[in-house]
Amino acid sequence: MELYAPILVLAVLGAGFAVFSVSIAPFTGPKRWNRAKLDAYECGIDPTPQPIGGGRFPLKYMITAMLFIVFDIEIIFLYPWAVAFDKLGVFGLVEMVLFIVTVLVAYAYVWRRRGLDWD
Amino acid sequence: MEPAEILSHTGGGAISLAWLMIVLPLAGAAILLIGGRATNKWGHLLGVLMSVGAFVVAALVFLQLIGLDPAQRRQSVNLYEFIPGVANIGLLIDPLSISFCLLITFVGSLIHIYSIGYMSHDPDRRRFFAYLNLFVAAMLLLVLADNYVALFIGWEGVGLASYLLIGFWQYKPSAAVAAKKAFVVNRVGDFGLLIAMFIIFAQFGTLQYAEVFPAASQASQGVLTAIGLLLLLGACGKSAQLPLQSWLLDAMEGPTPVSALIHAATMVTAGVYLVVRSGAAFFPEGSTAGLVVTIVGVATLLAGAIIGTAKDDIKKGLAGSTMSQIGYMMLAAGIGPAGYAFAIAHLITHGFFKADLFLGAGSVMHAMNDEVDMRRYGGLRKLLPITFVTFFIGYLAIIGFPLLSGYFTKDGIIESVMHHNAILGWLAVLGAGITGFYMTRMVVMTFFGPKRWDEKAHPHESPAVMTWPLIILSIFSVGLGAYLILSNRLLVFLGPAVGQPAELPGFHPFSVPGLTTLALVAVGAGIAIAKYGRSEVPVVQPRGSFLTVFARRDLYGDALNEALFMRPGQWLTRLAVFFDNRGIDGVVNGLAAGVGGSSGRLRKIQTGYVRSYALSIFVGAAVLAGAWFVVGTL
Amino acid sequence: MITAPTIEYFALAPLLIIFGAAIIGVLVEAFAPRYLRRAVHVPLTLLSLVGAFALVILQTVRGVPTTPAAMGSVAVDGPTLFIWGTILVLSFVSVLLINDEEQFVPSAAAVPGSAEEEKAITEGAAHTEVYPLALFAIGGMLLFPASNDLLIMFVALEVMSLPLYLLCGLARRRRLLSQEASVKYFLLGAFSSAFFLYGTALLYGFAGTVDLLGIRERLAVGGGGTETLLLVGTAMLGVGLLFKIGAAPFQAWKPDVYQGAPTPITALMASGTLVAAFGAVLRVFWVALGNDSWNWEPIMWGVAALTMVAGSILAITQTDIKRMLAYSSIAHAGFLLVGVMAVGERGQNALALSGLLFYLVTYGITTVGAFAIVTLVRDPGGEAWHLSRWAGLGKRSPKLAGLFAFFLLAFAGIPLTSGFFGKYAVFRSAVALGEAWLTGLVVLAVVASAAAAFFYVRVIVLMFFSDPSADGPTVVTPSWATSTVVGFSAFATVALGVFPQPVLDLAEKAAKSLFVQ
Repeated sequence: MELYAPILVLAVLGAGFAVFSVSIAPFTGPKRWNRAKLDAYECGIDPTPQPIGGGRFPLKYMITAMLFIVFDIEIIFLYPWAVAFDKLGVFGLVEMVLFIVTVLVAYAYVWRRRGLDWD
Repeated sequence: MEPAEILSHTGGGAISLAWLMIVLPLAGAAILLIGGRATNKWGHLLGVLMSVGAFVVAALVFLQLIGLDPAQRRQSVNLYEFIPGVANIGLLIDPLSISFCLLITFVGSLIHIYSIGYMSHDPDRRRFFAYLNLFVAAMLLLVLADNYVALFIGWEGVGLASYLLIGFWQYKPSAAVAAKKAFVVNRVGDFGLLIAMFIIFAQFGTLQYAEVFPAASQASQGVLTAIGLLLLLGACGKSAQLPLQSWLLDAMEGPTPVSALIHAATMVTAGVYLVVRSGAAFFPEGSTAGLVVTIVGVATLLAGAIIGTAKDDIKKGLAGSTMSQIGYMMLAAGIGPAGYAFAIAHLITHGFFKADLFLGAGSVMHAMNDEVDMRRYGGLRKLLPITFVTFFIGYLAIIGFPLLSGYFTKDGIIESVMHHNAILGWLAVLGAGITGFYMTRMVVMTFFGPKRWDEKAHPHESPAVMTWPLIILSIFSVGLGAYLILSNRLLVFLGPAVGQPAELPGFHPFSVPGLTTLALVAVGAGIAIAKYGRSEVPVVQPRGSFLTVFARRDLYGDALNEALFMRPGQWLTRLAVFFDNRGIDGVVNGLAAGVGGSSGRLRKIQTGYVRSYALSIFVGAAVLAGAWFVVGTL
Repeated sequence: MITAPTIEYFALAPLLIIFGAAIIGVLVEAFAPRYLRRAVHVPLTLLSLVGAFALVILQTVRGVPTTPAAMGSVAVDGPTLFIWGTILVLSFVSVLLINDEEQFVPSAAAVPGSAEEEKAITEGAAHTEVYPLALFAIGGMLLFPASNDLLIMFVALEVMSLPLYLLCGLARRRRLLSQEASVKYFLLGAFSSAFFLYGTALLYGFAGTVDLLGIRERLAVGGGGTETLLLVGTAMLGVGLLFKIGAAPFQAWKPDVYQGAPTPITALMASGTLVAAFGAVLRVFWVALGNDSWNWEPIMWGVAALTMVAGSILAITQTDIKRMLAYSSIAHAGFLLVGVMAVGERGQNALALSGLLFYLVTYGITTVGAFAIVTLVRDPGGEAWHLSRWAGLGKRSPKLAGLFAFFLLAFAGIPLTSGFFGKYAVFRSAVALGEAWLTGLVVLAVVASAAAAFFYVRVIVLMFFSDPSADGPTVVTPSWATSTVVGFSAFATVALGVFPQPVLDLAEKAAKSLFVQ
């Protein structure tokens, strides 16, 4: 059980921080109301009034965000390789180049299919 | 003498090519069915060729077989393992199976040839030949199989071919109904055969003849009787024996060559084959099952004969006669080794003369615009001379006119049954007398007396392609019986396959039963001539006496079936449907009963909402984890 | 000290070919002009499948490896090679179907029935991405049953599933249903993946490794007081895997998704995915948890019983042909689970495994054939999905209806069809153990097959004994590709029903070289 103690401690600390921040904000923060502040979610889309039949949402923002996350996470793999670069030698280099090539392929697809254009 | 041991075939020669017998017609059927209209031009010729080819192979196998020592004449040719340890696909070449093969392929080829002429005006002639070839292949598999599984496949195959051919003119509602009826009634019999196979497998752990037959004596009497009775049920379905006889009369809706080949010469004798093949194991002399076989046989031979006396439809009259003659074979097969050879001998000669009679009837119908009512025939003797002569020979053969085929084989059956059980014997003699009556009636009404057909009919003799098969069949109808029976040729030949009695029966032409039979046949024929030859035959069927109506209605066999099985079955279905109506989704079916209801209720779980699916996964996971926990900590 | 890992490229070559072709496919999408794409994709996809298949054969001939590849994370053993071969064949025929007819939407993003969609149709637009997507899914299918490591297995699961989620939403007709199927499949698939991952974590907690062989060794040692982790971990992992094969109570997605997806994709899922998922189930439960079978077998018993009963009963009231086939697939999953439980000592395992492998081959092939026929029966608005529309089909086009009837009979397991031997092989191995509770399950399975035969026969009766309606569906003339698929399936169904022995032998030979046991 001792193995799990640090996890528990971390969870308690994290929860404590979150609860503390949320509950302290109304007392310490400045209160300057405007229309955008009163929106449910600041993503650029008005939740109300809803257009008839649900309407269509612009997805540009979401697509860009999604693409960012995809490439972002792919690049995480580069980090451990960079740390052990000298020990993995040529094998590591070749494998990493292959990995980057596949990411590049995806990138090329997104680019050619105008996934990166805003309009 | 006990049957010889089944050896596995090692040498080469024709025997190892026996599979060609099945494959040739099967290939013919496949080519004709898959090839479609492209094969219309030469399809019938291919069909004939394949059938003749099978006959040639059968003849070669036969020649090789008779060259062997009698003890070596049961050989099984293993082709491949079908269900490992349960059934191999293998062929059993022995005197019994090769006798059937020769009959099937020879008569089959003649009927193929005849059909070229008979079906020449039919736009679907190619399909007809495809089905005929399919039938020949399935029938050969049935008799050549060396295990019950392959036999069953052949059994179902001939059933399928029969169904397709009875309903060949499916635009006629009566043909479609008849096909359906044959199908349903045969399923009852097949069910019996299937259960018999289950019991055999449970008891012996195999379905190979070579392993089942020697082991049979070790099983208990009750099991053997049960297997025997269930096999008999299967045989009754296929061979139109009581109580499953009703389909055969309706089966005459099919084209006449079909009636000749399938519903007279070959398929309907499959039941006799099954009883004889399994005889030594499951119907030994003096067993209960054997006794039941003889009773079924004698009841059917009388019922068939009585039905035959009242039919005005020439083909239905012949169908009743077929039932009756198969009853004779069953009767002989039931008494054990003493009767097997006579059963098979009668089966073979009957195959020839009944095919002759049916094809003759077909030739008459061909001449008369497909009229089948004998009351509208009459005086055709001069207009159809060849048909008349051949039909008349067939007629003499079937009533047992001295020295013709039927005389020897039927007399053999009566003599051997008489030794076994006198009551059954005398009943068989009575049946022969009735045969004399109804066959004479048929011949008189068709070929003698004044003409009763209307002006539209222009009777003409059939083309040579139809008359030659008739001539060949009638030649065999004359001489084959004497050849098979005298000096016990067939009996000795079949000995290795089915066993033979300790002392060989002699031929006693002047015994009491033999003479009585002849006398009764003469009386029957005399009555028929007096009734139909001397006085006028009304064109419209008279109401007839109570007995005539009884016979005309097939002894109320259909009514009985309806009352005993069909109505209660329908009520049961309706009851089930009534209780289930709430659950049934009415769009597609009126069939779902019982299970359908629960299905309808369960179906409501499938709401289509992804949230409830996820919930069900979650709950399922919880239940699974909980169950695992319970099991794991037990 | 970190050392560079070693990779057995030859053993992994089939995988690499498929994934490589998929990546080239993406490049084609990026750079090839629109009118050329299809012309490049089709040969590329088919050739890569053929190449991978050839390599599988080559490996089988040259001798099956005896140790796991890629540092113990991918097990290329006899069963894997057999499953690979099966999946590649099934994928090949499915790709022929994908290529064949206009089953896919021209523009998935357009609102159904909108002007945009009209425009896309008139422009002749097409989502040629289906080819690389299918290849990625096939690659995942290959890796899934070969994984010798729970994490690799999870990655494979996702690689297999994600493209399928997308492909499900691309049906050209009944767009809303298709989109709904796609979203449902995605949500539920993600949900079940979470279970799988959670189970992996718990098993790691139990064994200290995610390596299947490592878990096996840890189980052999026994004790240690972490039983709870093992039990809950097995359950969670089981949920993830059972979801993929569509076992009850995780079957709910199957009818909805099979119905909504484009029919060629349904064919790919119903054949390839099922085979792959069963391979993975076998690997997890036999290799990793084989020593724990007394714990999981009772649960699996219940799941199998529930699955076959639910599948057989629910199928009866279905009125949509594809939903009916989906329920049939659920029932078959139940029958296959019987074989999973027939684990025992070495000889028994070879028997059971070969039975399962054979069943998978027969079921996969017949399924593709049946769905191929579904694509041919059309109404003006697409496929004639409602069963009532199939009434009297036997009179309009007897050949097609006859073939479909034949496939249905194979599903029902009638002798002389491959389905009979599939069931026979699996049930035999379960009975061979001689344990009453398993024999009981086999009895239940036989009863359920009989109930299932009822709804197959109902369709046959409907096709042959009902009168066709005047405005009945049209049967399109099949192209060479669809004819090939139907012909191949029918031929294989007959051939395996009459000469099962060669494939059974092959399966048995493959089964003997399962890693461990």
